[in-house]
Amino acid sequence: MSWSWVLKMAWRDSRSNRRKLFLYMAAIIVGVAAQVAITSFRVNLNSSINDQAKELLGADLEVERNAEFQPELQAYLDSVSAEHSKMLSFTSMALFPETGTTRLSQISAMDGGFPYYGSIETEPTTAVDTYLEEYGALVDKTILNQLELVPGDSIKVGLITYKISGAIIEVPGQSMASTFFGPRVIIPLDGVENTGLLERGSRLEHKTYLKYPAGTDPKVVEERLDKMNDILDFRFDDVAERQEEVGEAISQLSNFLNLIGFIALLLGGIGVASSIFVYVRQKISTVAVLRCVGASSNQTMAIYLIQASSMGFVGAFIGALLGTLIQLYLPILVQDFIPVDIELFISWGSVFTGVLTGVAISIIFALFPLIAVRKISPLFTLRSAEVNLSKLLSIPTRVILYGVIGISITGYAWFMLNDLVAALFFTLGFAVCLLLLAGFAVLVMKASRKFMPTGWSYEWRQGLANLYRPNNQTSTLLLTFGLGVTLISSLYLTQDMLLGTINFEGEDQLPNLALFDIQYDQNSGVNDIIEENGLQVMQNVPIVTMRLQSVKNIPLEEVLADTSRNARRWALTREYRSTYRDSLVDTETLESGEFIASVTDMSSPVPISVSSDLMEDLDIALGDSIVWDVQGIPIESYVASTRTINWQTPQPNFFVVFPAGVLEPAPQFFATTVRTSSPEASLAVQQQIVQTYPNVSAIDVGQVISTIREFLDKVTFVIQFIGLFSIVTGLIVLAGSAATSRFQRIREAVLLRTLGAKQNQVIKIQVIEYVILGIMAALIGLILSLGASALLGYFYFDIKFIPNFAILGTEVVILVILVVTIGLLNTRGVHTKPPLEILRAEGL
Amino acid sequence: MSNILQVNNLTREFKSGTKLLTVVNNINFGIEDGTTCAIVGPSGSGKTTLLGLCAGLDRPTSGEVILREVNLNPLSEDERASVRNKHVGFVFQTFQLVPTLTAIENVMVPLELRGEATKQVRERAKELLSEVGLADRTHHYPTQLSGGEQQRVAIARAFINDPKILFADEPTGNLDTETGEYIENLIFNLNKKQQTTLVLVTHDLELADKCDRIIKIKNGKVDADILKNQPEVIS
Repeated sequence: MSWSWVLKMAWRDSRSNRRKLFLYMAAIIVGVAAQVAITSFRVNLNSSINDQAKELLGADLEVERNAEFQPELQAYLDSVSAEHSKMLSFTSMALFPETGTTRLSQISAMDGGFPYYGSIETEPTTAVDTYLEEYGALVDKTILNQLELVPGDSIKVGLITYKISGAIIEVPGQSMASTFFGPRVIIPLDGVENTGLLERGSRLEHKTYLKYPAGTDPKVVEERLDKMNDILDFRFDDVAERQEEVGEAISQLSNFLNLIGFIALLLGGIGVASSIFVYVRQKISTVAVLRCVGASSNQTMAIYLIQASSMGFVGAFIGALLGTLIQLYLPILVQDFIPVDIELFISWGSVFTGVLTGVAISIIFALFPLIAVRKISPLFTLRSAEVNLSKLLSIPTRVILYGVIGISITGYAWFMLNDLVAALFFTLGFAVCLLLLAGFAVLVMKASRKFMPTGWSYEWRQGLANLYRPNNQTSTLLLTFGLGVTLISSLYLTQDMLLGTINFEGEDQLPNLALFDIQYDQNSGVNDIIEENGLQVMQNVPIVTMRLQSVKNIPLEEVLADTSRNARRWALTREYRSTYRDSLVDTETLESGEFIASVTDMSSPVPISVSSDLMEDLDIALGDSIVWDVQGIPIESYVASTRTINWQTPQPNFFVVFPAGVLEPAPQFFATTVRTSSPEASLAVQQQIVQTYPNVSAIDVGQVISTIREFLDKVTFVIQFIGLFSIVTGLIVLAGSAATSRFQRIREAVLLRTLGAKQNQVIKIQVIEYVILGIMAALIGLILSLGASALLGYFYFDIKFIPNFAILGTEVVILVILVVTIGLLNTRGVHTKPPLEILRAEGL
Repeated sequence: MSNILQVNNLTREFKSGTKLLTVVNNINFGIEDGTTCAIVGPSGSGKTTLLGLCAGLDRPTSGEVILREVNLNPLSEDERASVRNKHVGFVFQTFQLVPTLTAIENVMVPLELRGEATKQVRERAKELLSEVGLADRTHHYPTQLSGGEQQRVAIARAFINDPKILFADEPTGNLDTETGEYIENLIFNLNKKQQTTLVLVTHDLELADKCDRIIKIKNGKVDADILKNQPEVIS
């Protein structure tokens, strides 16, 4: 085979087609850009995590317990290293006296040793040292900005008012996302007990950070701590573990983004396939002539293979450059979620893989029409060249080609996800989606042919007929645009579904302010303040803290030591906050047994009601006995009933409910819920309560929802940004598909104009065609996304999905406008110039 | 003189729905080297199908075509393409130039396919384009040329590989009378100069009359075989 001729021919033949080829390339450019940006960024992230491994924790070891460390644990830690520092963490209301604002905050009381690696970044930079000396506080920069406060102002935590020494910019190992649920406040450990918050029901986390002396083997420490942990209940994290945790979380995020990016590339692939298909169809007579004068089937195929792969290479190369540029923007996008400083560099591996993938995708997806080239007969020089390319291929050839495409997609997904099953599901899902879209396209074509309304105007009939006539764009458009719509719409609907579950703000019957940690002696005072403000207490619930002592008559230590147990560790070791009452509340439904309202006989076991989730996690059944350690006093009980609980409401809900008549004398505190009429009323009552009772924490539901919304907005923005690549690719493919049919469209338009059609008649025909196509693409995409979101809701989030029709309607309108605009741009100039001029210019 | 083309019991059938159409029905003839032969007949008589079979562009249902003593039947598509490249030239009614190539590039294709050096091929193509009167149009694309000019490029392409046999399918069918005559003369002159065998399909009897022999086809069969200097032979 004369390769030099093939190369020359590929070059010469492409000359007048490069404008068309650019659109094919653009689809690859965007797809590869998404891939390279994401994979490069992932490489950057992993390298940053490795470089900053110790800064992720700020120490070599972190040990954490929600009570004081036991002497043996403390003794061991002391023996490991002399360099350690303590931290006490808890949530509490903080009051900013200058503005009168209160905010539930994450308080950390530190002794100054931490962090051993990295540093706490503050503004001014010296504040990290001065706050200890001047007995001040460091407060999150975001909240200071929000409240327009500056260093020098003050913050009141419990009974103590601290001077704000500086703003917290960054704490080693913490991402901005960790401040979404309450600003961070750092105060000196020394004297923290004077806040009055330590004894009064606050949940305290005791932490110790260690810096190992040289020569310490982290594994030895880890093993020893593992053993101690079987008896003493605490948690610990070392550098390797934290690195792994962060790495895993990031790899999950980037895998997910990678898949979304890969869909953009696959859309590009479909664009390539359809474009090459139309391109080759226009080349049938050229191929027939070449065959006639002696070119072999391999030579003719090679001409177009070279064109397709060169196009893929150039597209992939430009895409890789673009991706490298976009990579610079990604850190800004995800900075809030990443606990390390991202160092940017070009990852040549990712660039190479991106280019390779782009070329491979362009070749694999172009194989179908390319192999059909081999089958073009020289006889077409004598006969009409109107031929169905796909019918030139035998069924076994088609099966092999689909197999190659399927294996390639699975292979790449496997390479990215490191999980064959997930990769297979991805390919399967993609194939099902494509099949449904292709099936729908066939349906649209058949329906428009069969139900063509004969009584309609010429423009309508012509516009409808364009859907099924030869060289129509129905399949290509529905496939590419439909898939893009499915993807983006699923993201929107899922986000809306998640927000919908917490959006109880507007519901009048539900409380919107929850007050916690109200001590026994403060309860009536708090209730009085609420009533003085003209508000109504919706619930005032007593809470008693307790721990498990034995389950099913087996002491807790034995249950924990049993490695074959089914019960979950968290359920066995947690501190339970239980209540007592004589009836069920709105959010509860009795599942089994009988809810006992009250007891008088204290000598026999107490009949309790347990939530059905906890029944599973404790591995217990109705009637099983449980002994509780209620602050030193054992109380025997048995499971008399189980309840299902709707946790997605702002009321306090409980795993365990005792009947009235048992826990009343036990030390207890209260939780109270209130319905306030406005955010201002909510703020006023919060301020008054916190100023009178500093230990009481308030959760403002409106604020929580706006915080969650802000968080979800940030997460979905990242996803949508990557998803945008798919939409852009979809638009390019759409433009490409419209451009390839330009030949046909223009010839028709000119013919109609020659036969006397007016300019607006020709435009009307095209608008009708594109409006129908746009509506159909939007419709099928939305139907599929509804299905996908409903499945996600059912299987993954366990939420009943109620579609938001406002979103769907808006999407349809936008999509139709886009399709019509692109369609009309495609035939621009045809309507205003004389027919003959157009024929000459287009070379028809 | 030996036969450059020998057609034996040639039949070509097509399926049209459930019907079987016999377009070429058991045809036999031989064409001597260096002669000119016209295949004439009304529209739909099967003459273009016969030409396609003779040139190895199509496969017969039965019978055989022997071109330069090579039986085309057992050859693969690519082997037949190679035979065409070496020995056959084509001129079509619709010119069939590659629209993305310039005039000279179109002419060069057959020799370039053989892997011959570009410089010599380009020189030869230029010569031929001069011979057909297009020396000043070498870098024009087909769309920039008139019908007559396009056909002249096609003729130059047909002769560049010094074919032993030239198949022409209604070469003047898409041209006006004056241009048609010019093209006819060009084909016959070049044919004579290069001593090529010419097989011409036409329904133009005046054009056919310029050939040494006329084979008349009717309903897929040879209706008459006339050698100009000999009496008419009825098959």
